Amino acid sequence: MEIETFVKQFALQFAETDSKEFQSKTRFREIEEWSSLISLSIIAMVDEEYSVKLTGEDIRKSTTINDIFEIVKSKK
Amino acid sequence: MFNPFSLDGKVILVTGASSGIGRSIALECARLGAQLIITGRNPERLNDTYVQLEGTGHNKSIADISTDEGINYLSENLPQINGVAHVAGIVITKPFQFLNRPELDLVMNTNFNGPILLTNVLLKKNLIKKESSLVFISSISGTMCSFIGNSAYSASKGALNGIIKGIALELAPKRIRVNSIIPGMIDTSILNHSSISDEDLFEDRKHYPLGRYGRPEDVAYAAIYLLSDASNWITGSNLLLDGGYTLK
Repeated sequence: MEIETFVKQFALQFAETDSKEFQSKTRFREIEEWSSLISLSIIAMVDEEYSVKLTGEDIRKSTTINDIFEIVKSKK
Repeated sequence: MFNPFSLDGKVILVTGASSGIGRSIALECARLGAQLIITGRNPERLNDTYVQLEGTGHNKSIADISTDEGINYLSENLPQINGVAHVAGIVITKPFQFLNRPELDLVMNTNFNGPILLTNVLLKKNLIKKESSLVFISSISGTMCSFIGNSAYSASKGALNGIIKGIALELAPKRIRVNSIIPGMIDTSILNHSSISDEDLFEDRKHYPLGRYGRPEDVAYAAIYLLSDASNWITGSNLLLDGGYTLK
């Protein structure tokens, strides 16, 4: 799995934020649109695309998109 | 002592009795004199409930009532009963867009088809006595409101509330009463290690005017009321139990 693909898949869960704003080092919780629905959507997307079950706690303890990417890799 | 809420002499079946709300209903019903038949899928946890039941003459049966085999197995070994508390249920927390058929089937089979088809089989086998009380644990989710990621669960609970009105009407000639309890969030392990973090759950408690999530006993006492003769003239109703959540 590649970080570039993951960032794109991550960005797809947002409705309003321009996909250009997303990079691996993006602090996703600072994006205005961030919400509990998007958090659940990220978890569902990771399950669907990578067959990895993230918990709400995994998202909570992450700061950047790359942090989540690393958790996904470690659970794969 | 006069006690209109006594369950003395009543045989009560409780599904989902191995944890949370089901366990609490079983324990509290036994304290009010009922003879319990408890069922669940996990033998160890069901036994944990069983050994805590006050009084004697209780029974337990391991069965997965989300399947026909489970329903048939359970009903083969049952005596005639005076009441059922349908508690077995699951939650899948997923945005609607990501739901798939296996997940929808799992939620509907566990929360809706299972309890409804079990009731159907118990009636066919004449195992539900006249003047019995059937209690279904529904939810505010799907009947009063919903929650992010909770659409499938809401569907199953909304469907329950719909069908029990029909069942209540048809069983009224036998004086069998059919009601649901619609709780808000209850403190159980159902959301442990889920997509929702403990921190979010902590924050969510602030939305309840009475200042806390419900406790399993809160639901148990409501179930006792509906199972007892104190609620003799109540059928087809949905008892709201939400700490004021839906007032806002």
